[in-house]
Amino acid sequence: MSKILLLQGNQAVVEGAIAAGVKFFGGYPITPSTEVAESLAEKLPKVGGKFIQMEDEIASMGAIIGASLTGKKVMTATSGPGFSLKQELIGYACMAEIPLVIVNVQRVGPSTGQPTSPSQGDIMQARWGTHGDHWLIALTPASVPECFDLTLRAYALSEKYRVPVILLMDEVIGHMREKIELPDNYDEIPQAERKLPTCPPEEFKAYATDESLVPAMPPFGSGYRWHVTGLVHDETGFPKGTPAATLAATNRQHDKLYNNLDDIVEVENYEMDDAEYAIVAFGGAARAAYEAVDMARAKGMKVGLVRPITIWPFAEKQMKALAGKVKHIMVHELNYGQYVLEVERAVAGKVPVTLFAKYDNEPASPAEVFAKMEEAFK
Amino acid sequence: MNMEEMIDKYFRPGRLPHIWCPGCGNGIVTGCIVKAVAKLDLPKDNVAVVSGIGCSSRASGYLDFNTVHSAHGRALPVATGVKLADPNLNVIVVTGDGDATAIGGNHLIHAARRNIDMTVVLYNNNIYGMTGGQYSPLTPEHSKAATAPYGTIERSFDIAELVKAAGATFVARATTFHAPMLADLIAQGIEHKGFSLIEAVTACPISFGRQNKMGGPADMIKWQRDHALPLAAFEKLSEEQKAGKFPIGVLYKAEGVKEYTEAYDELIAAAQGGK
Ligand SMILES: Cc1ncc(C[n+]2csc(CCOP(=O)(O)OP(=O)(O)O)c2C)c(N)n1
Ligand code: SF4
Ligand SMILES: [Mg+2]
Repeated sequence: MSKILLLQGNQAVVEGAIAAGVKFFGGYPITPSTEVAESLAEKLPKVGGKFIQMEDEIASMGAIIGASLTGKKVMTATSGPGFSLKQELIGYACMAEIPLVIVNVQRVGPSTGQPTSPSQGDIMQARWGTHGDHWLIALTPASVPECFDLTLRAYALSEKYRVPVILLMDEVIGHMREKIELPDNYDEIPQAERKLPTCPPEEFKAYATDESLVPAMPPFGSGYRWHVTGLVHDETGFPKGTPAATLAATNRQHDKLYNNLDDIVEVENYEMDDAEYAIVAFGGAARAAYEAVDMARAKGMKVGLVRPITIWPFAEKQMKALAGKVKHIMVHELNYGQYVLEVERAVAGKVPVTLFAKYDNEPASPAEVFAKMEEAFK
Repeated sequence: MNMEEMIDKYFRPGRLPHIWCPGCGNGIVTGCIVKAVAKLDLPKDNVAVVSGIGCSSRASGYLDFNTVHSAHGRALPVATGVKLADPNLNVIVVTGDGDATAIGGNHLIHAARRNIDMTVVLYNNNIYGMTGGQYSPLTPEHSKAATAPYGTIERSFDIAELVKAAGATFVARATTFHAPMLADLIAQGIEHKGFSLIEAVTACPISFGRQNKMGGPADMIKWQRDHALPLAAFEKLSEEQKAGKFPIGVLYKAEGVKEYTEAYDELIAAAQGGK
């Protein structure tokens, strides 16, 4: 049985979290993500979970790392300035391979910027916000139902690959109300499972892997006593900074994701079958792009939308293929031009790439996007 | 259990020797943690040790428990997550004076305020040891440091008073000279249900002692002997006599304050109440 609700994107994330089996949330309030914390403060205790408001965003990240080590599914939610504060421990979670989900409802920045206005200005920060070479996953929903679905998917990926997953929302999607159909009861929803060791504790090496390159992760207290560190470590989990150990750790952290791009990278194509021109847009910006494509089609223009759902890792293969298919690509994003840099790199000059950057606190209307396409695809 | 048996039982095979300098007090403090766990006979699987970053924080890697060597200053938030998510674990936090009171100072007062059940062992060597002797919030005023070549003009914290004011419910101090007392205080801290902090005054002959002409490791331990006084004796001194001296032992203990994870269980029961 299911129910039809009218929910905000942020609320759909909360429903997704409960459905995914999240049992721990550590947060610090910040617009436009606060509803996630407020709602989980109410709902988690009812399912035996715990919500804690920490003293800042650094502490929230620390708390969810600690809780994840006990085997719980964990979440934090933030925006702009808070996302910046979380970066050091996001790096820790990459290095120590701790599954966790960070919701970032983007707002206009830098600094306090414009707290209540939509932006997609954290595309590059989501990828490169913490120091050092590292790899993680970022997903971007473009509708309220997709907020729910991608929250579930974030846990599936985070647990499977032992990697932080960023649910990269924007204010448009976070605060928009839309119809969503949800199951009455979440008991039937498949729960992402963390890989557990099959060997006895005496033989356990915390970061030894099979061909999946993802190490098993027993919870604290289970009899497997292991060491977690942000220092470069070898398969035992203890610090080892030799060139060989560093190379092995770095390569494995990369390869465990990049060997599986077909599993991780999701891109939606809309009206692309016979398209001669493509607009690339994601999240809140994709909303206007769908309608603009419909407007263009009504006028006989063969335009389609390519919507990356997985923002990171970058949809390299899909964008390269796109360059071989269409005559011209337009990237539309709510920032000065971030994702476009990756598209240009992948397209490598094969076809022109035009940017429609919108960074004035307001999302573009479908008519504006259409006008930009008409101009670009002449 | 003698020391050798204790090493076999509680230190990870193959991880020693440690990285600490000869004469460093960190080994004594870490030994006291192990003695406290042995005294209480805690199952190793039920102990989590969470540390930050610094010389002292390297202790977590040597100990055969569930261990986290977290980030500089962040041991307490990580420990809070571990404890709240699994209250069955005995959580011990290993941290340095810089780790706990400078970069992690905000976390320290809030963990104390929550009265969450964990035992913080603060290795106070009055300096940033690992990075080579820069001043910390616990470097005594006028001491020299790599970043205070003219002597620091900043006043230092009284860590015991700080966490007591913030809400800690068990506060104690001992030195590496008083190692048996230190081990006993750590055991009391673990047994205490609530936020406990034990300040372990320890010598860093390399990064602190040398620049302040405090002699070798043995001289620094003698300094501890000569400047620490049991609380009762300390309190009998006049203000003048107290100058330069510090009290050791249990400095503060509050009974009857609700512990955080217990309060949380009640919250959950109440939230599920009408169901
Ligand atoms: C964010 C961050 N800033 C600075 C450092 C460098 N750092 C490492 S240890 C340390 C000081 C450690 O001093 P303390 O906590 O007193 O520990 P000790 O080495 O004296 O035991 C500093 C500043 C770091 N690792 N991370
Ligand atoms: S620098 Fe000081 S604290 Fe660090 S290991 Fe050496 S003596 Fe110990
Ligand atoms: Mg120190």
